[in-house]
Amino acid sequence: MAKITFIEHDGTKHTVDGEIGSTVMETALRNQIGGIVAECGGACTCATCLVHVDEAWSPIVGKPSAEEEDMLDFAFEVKPTSRLSCQIKVTEALDGLIVNTPAYQGR
Amino acid sequence: MSDTIKTDVLIIGAGPVGLFAVFELGLLDIKAHLVDILDKVGGQCAELYPEKPIYDIPAVPFITGQGLTDALMQQIKPFNPTFHLGEMVATLEKIGDPLFRVTTDRGKVFEAKSVAIAAGGGSFQPKRPPIPGIEPYEGKSVHYAVRKMEAFRDKRLLIVGGGDSALDWTLNLQPIAKRVTLVHRRDEFRGAPDSVNKMRALVAAGQMDIKIGQVNLLEGGDGQLTAASIKGNDGAIARVEIDAMLPFFGLTMKLGPVADWGLKLEDELIPVDTGAFETTVPGLFAIGDINTYPGKLKLILSGFHEAALMAQKVYHYVYPDKRLVFQYTTSSTSLQKKLGVA
Repeated sequence: MAKITFIEHDGTKHTVDGEIGSTVMETALRNQIGGIVAECGGACTCATCLVHVDEAWSPIVGKPSAEEEDMLDFAFEVKPTSRLSCQIKVTEALDGLIVNTPAYQGR
Repeated sequence: MSDTIKTDVLIIGAGPVGLFAVFELGLLDIKAHLVDILDKVGGQCAELYPEKPIYDIPAVPFITGQGLTDALMQQIKPFNPTFHLGEMVATLEKIGDPLFRVTTDRGKVFEAKSVAIAAGGGSFQPKRPPIPGIEPYEGKSVHYAVRKMEAFRDKRLLIVGGGDSALDWTLNLQPIAKRVTLVHRRDEFRGAPDSVNKMRALVAAGQMDIKIGQVNLLEGGDGQLTAASIKGNDGAIARVEIDAMLPFFGLTMKLGPVADWGLKLEDELIPVDTGAFETTVPGLFAIGDINTYPGKLKLILSGFHEAALMAQKVYHYVYPDKRLVFQYTTSSTSLQKKLGVA
């Protein structure tokens, strides 16, 4: 397990257990975190599971793949630390991860 | 007023469940028309995961979304359904017992003895960018689709996005518009390389502009845009005078007009009985991801089952005086004739 903290746009914090090997998006849905829609269910084809990774965690989480970067074109208010949470695998190294969820995912 | 199209069943949604319903209805000699807002069949399978594998279709260990769609189209070919693609069902009203009148946003009118709502997660509609105060301009000077290019002649256009839609409309509208400015969040475009090259050549020749950043402010009044501000990735603001904006950020599923058809919804889903997946309105069915009942699973295989049971009930509405004899495709020569294999 890895602890993951989701901070909603209004500042509400949720710290939950993420299963190693699952994705940050799946962890959000399992814990009913607001602000994650995940319309396509994790296929990297809808850009509705956008998160802004905490600045300090961003280098550890890493950069999006080319495919993910293309999908980010369909998201809004994309920042240098933005990722699609379905593309972030939960690992031991991400224990303590902090991500921010946006106010709006396009719907 | 166009001519009314009469059919046994109108299926709203041409995703996998809507497509398989054609098969189950067809075996019972019931004809169907299908309406879908997308310009292609397959629904989410074709739009969201055409190349992604699906592992839980019975007896098919592995198939892609597009593969499943193609296989279903082959399976229903003998029943020759009529598709109305790129159209959204706007209104649905009960006018008989049972008989329904259904209209689309393109002005088509259907009369059907039964209606199957197989709308999945709702209708795919353009994503609306979260720019403050955009609503009053939508449909007037902010457009999410181009219906008539002439409407943009001699206009100053702001096209937003980096995919094929944004690039294609940039290239198509640039010759007739007064000026086109393309806005994208990064200086890389996911669209077809040929389109990207053509766009870059136009920029190099001074025939259009490109701005890297995100639109953050609109100016105008009475629905008419006059200018937009673009915040660059370095924080610098650029102001562009425009007559219209065309944002292309892909599609998202919205429940859409289903909410207006007088059905009592539970969490944006349509409650149905589990004997025929019929709503509280006789003759009006809901199958696939859009319905709900105790134990419901949003699986394609559940939708297939629902379509089969629905067809049995529809038969009684379409052929009220006939008795339905249950038959198997393996042994019934009558079913095999319908399938064109006997």
